Amino acid sequence: MSLNTLTIAAARDALRKGETTAVELTMACMAAMDAGDDLNAFVHKTPDIALAQARAADQRIRAGDAPAMCGIPLGIKDLFCTRGVPSQAASNILRGFRPEYESTVTQQLFDAGAVMLGKLNMDEFAMGSSNETSCYGNAVNPWRRGNDDTALTPGGSSGGSAAAVAADLCLGATGTDTGGSIRQPAAFSGIVGIKPTYGRVSRWGIVAFASSLDQAGPMTKSVRDAAIMLGAMAGHDPKDSTSADIPVPDFEAALTGDIRGRVIGIPREYRMDGMPDEIEALWQQGIAMMRDAGAVIRDISLPHTKYALPAYYVVAPAEASSNLARYDGVRYGHRAKLAQGDGITEMYEKTRAEGFGKEVQRRVMIGTYVLSAGFYDAYYNRARKVRALIKRDFETVFAEGVDAILTPATPSAAFGLGEMANADPVEMYLNDVFTVTVNLAGLPGIAVPAGLDRQGLPLGLQLIGRPWEEGDLLNHAYVLEQAAGFVHKPAKWW
Amino acid sequence: MSIDTATARKVAHLARIAVREEELPGLARELSGILSFMEQLNEVDVTGVEPMVSVTPMRLKRRADVVTDGNMPEKILSNAPDAREGFFAVPKVVE
Repeated sequence: MSLNTLTIAAARDALRKGETTAVELTMACMAAMDAGDDLNAFVHKTPDIALAQARAADQRIRAGDAPAMCGIPLGIKDLFCTRGVPSQAASNILRGFRPEYESTVTQQLFDAGAVMLGKLNMDEFAMGSSNETSCYGNAVNPWRRGNDDTALTPGGSSGGSAAAVAADLCLGATGTDTGGSIRQPAAFSGIVGIKPTYGRVSRWGIVAFASSLDQAGPMTKSVRDAAIMLGAMAGHDPKDSTSADIPVPDFEAALTGDIRGRVIGIPREYRMDGMPDEIEALWQQGIAMMRDAGAVIRDISLPHTKYALPAYYVVAPAEASSNLARYDGVRYGHRAKLAQGDGITEMYEKTRAEGFGKEVQRRVMIGTYVLSAGFYDAYYNRARKVRALIKRDFETVFAEGVDAILTPATPSAAFGLGEMANADPVEMYLNDVFTVTVNLAGLPGIAVPAGLDRQGLPLGLQLIGRPWEEGDLLNHAYVLEQAAGFVHKPAKWW
Repeated sequence: MSIDTATARKVAHLARIAVREEELPGLARELSGILSFMEQLNEVDVTGVEPMVSVTPMRLKRRADVVTDGNMPEKILSNAPDAREGFFAVPKVVE
């Protein structure tokens, strides 16, 4: 078995026993990374940093100081600022930007001994559900339909992260999730992805999309790996005023596999019109697996679910229009060539027209509109009120004793790259229909691969947990993972 | 609420994004489509509901009012498209 196919847990154990070294592990991943260029997952490779970090990790391990992530080769989403390494949120407007600082998440991972192989493809500014808005071009899903070599999307926005983990180019990857950007690509690529409770992981040094919704999380090959990696990413950070000052428990220790008597809510509003039979069937199988594990299944209602997407597509663009105002061609990144007589306004307007892609421009303008005088109350304030009601829906069912909520992760399996090119923007937004409520309510949510559709593509289920109870949520996911027994890997074509 | 070409032009300017005149009708159509999707929010009874300010109830933290960082002009300017004599440089702002 090649070392790059190991899980984080297996690699950790092998490293501690001296059966392999961080350098060997890193070399194996770098070889896989270089052989995986057709996936367009890694967009900036950092082999020198990786080898230096791997050597340092080996020294620590030899000295008996081996945190769980020590020597583990990871991919880092391009949204994370990494010192001296291009960090451009897959946008032309940040071309050439090399931060002078390190994001808190990557710093914590490096402090724990993790190794960075490079930066991963994504949708521009994390705005997209198919990785097709990236300035680097599409990332490609390692999975293909049965006998068909159509290139499929790995999902988005963390599409490069999902493709890299699914194809064993790295042992795990960082992702970020504003409306489903960890969980949807995880489901499309047959891997695990968890969005923690809002405030669990510091947002400092992560390029901001919608600050009240953004959370970073791990994307991994197993639930245990997600528990291990989340432990290293999480924790209070004085540099992020919304980061929670509460202790980080041992998430891995929470994986007892015992959920007897736990109450699993099944929300009736997640049964959408036109949802493929296979998604419904998978959901029913998931329900049966949880019941067989001794959980109590309860039908619940989250009545405002239908309004989550429209509320999200007011709140997120509004925050984005404000956050992205900083890209003005003055402090970093691209500045347009100016014509004779152009002043500062022309500089802003030309720079942003050249630097932002179409979807980003669209969202910035929608956000500008809903925040503009005369429309603020009708759109933005109303959306924030609906958001409060969506959160209340969840609080009500949790107060009534529900421990976790089981839903499909996505309304379909991975679709073909370019297939949605002529679709209405709103059609693409529907990808987030099952995931976006979780961001609006600030809850933790996890996608777990649970089966294949009849074309051989992975499908995922989502579990939603109580705030700050990621350990408990991971344990439910662990039970689902064990019961589903998903061991499929994409057939290697790249 | 439908967006016409004039509104699209105004929004683009407010967002400081140059949009060519011939692209405005298409943009207006797209923005209108997205806004009509948002119209669903009008079905919700929000009487007496406070707009959400913070998704997790928490007091905003405070810290001592002291300088914790600074003295790194080279680092601050290192990514600037145009920096001169320790400053960001931009086209003339005042005539």
